[in-house]
Amino acid sequence: MLLALLALALIALVLAAPLIVRETARRRARRQAAKAARMEGLDLPLYDPGRERRAEQRARELLRSCVNGEEWAMYRDLGFIRVDGKHTRRDADRSGGGAAYAYLVYAHKPIVAYVPGTGQLLSEYCVEFPDMTGSGGRHRLPASDDVLAKWMALTSDEDRVIRRANMHLVGRQFDPARLRRDLWRLSEWERRRQRRRLDPSRKQSSRSTARGPSLGGE
Amino acid sequence: MKPGHGEVLLAEGDQTVREEEERLIAEFRRQLDEGMWAAVPTTNAGSGRREAQMVKAYADIPEGADRVIFFPRASGG
Repeated sequence: MLLALLALALIALVLAAPLIVRETARRRARRQAAKAARMEGLDLPLYDPGRERRAEQRARELLRSCVNGEEWAMYRDLGFIRVDGKHTRRDADRSGGGAAYAYLVYAHKPIVAYVPGTGQLLSEYCVEFPDMTGSGGRHRLPASDDVLAKWMALTSDEDRVIRRANMHLVGRQFDPARLRRDLWRLSEWERRRQRRRLDPSRKQSSRSTARGPSLGGE
Repeated sequence: MKPGHGEVLLAEGDQTVREEEERLIAEFRRQLDEGMWAAVPTTNAGSGRREAQMVKAYADIPEGADRVIFFPRASGG
């Protein structure tokens, strides 16, 4: 019985041998062709490690040239921009002459709507600007370009971008505690700027004091 | 604004020179056909604040605008 099985296996091997040889040769040829293509640089775009950094630098300059000075300073110092909402239900909604609601615009994160007067968080609007160049959507905008795209979309056509976004309650992608902390940072930042605006000498004197020892050491 | 690259200069020219304007119009149309949004950063005459203005046709570009920025259209994330 064992001998018969062995004989059958041997026959099968002999019959299959040409197929195995042919398939092995085909695979080897395919591997060699792929290797040659790679060597000639036909298929493989060279990876540039500095490309993203340079793109982000350009994006920051572009953002800076488009937004208000205050918004740029906010982004530089805090990492987000506040954009006022344009709609109000009634005049009473306007708290102290400001907007009834506003958005916090982060890079590659949802837009967050909140009430500036009370700090109440309203909702998250998930929106993205996908790669439409046909490269399979692998790339995304540099961080500052993403912020600028949201800023342009909100300040030019708020309704359209909000309609296109997926709305969620706050807490889906953002930790509400982080948002409250950011709102607190924003109010502190605005308070400091207001103080500096009212008393420009304060900034100068504090800077001189801070730099005093280092200047002395130079 | 191009994903993975950031800002890329597509075309530049003088609108008062016919050939250059035609080139600008052709590039403008090509970008919109590819599904991009176009916006022009402006200053609100009333409040003095900076804002953007969406443009859907070359003729909509405000007079005196020095650039048009194209960016991928927004979609739900």
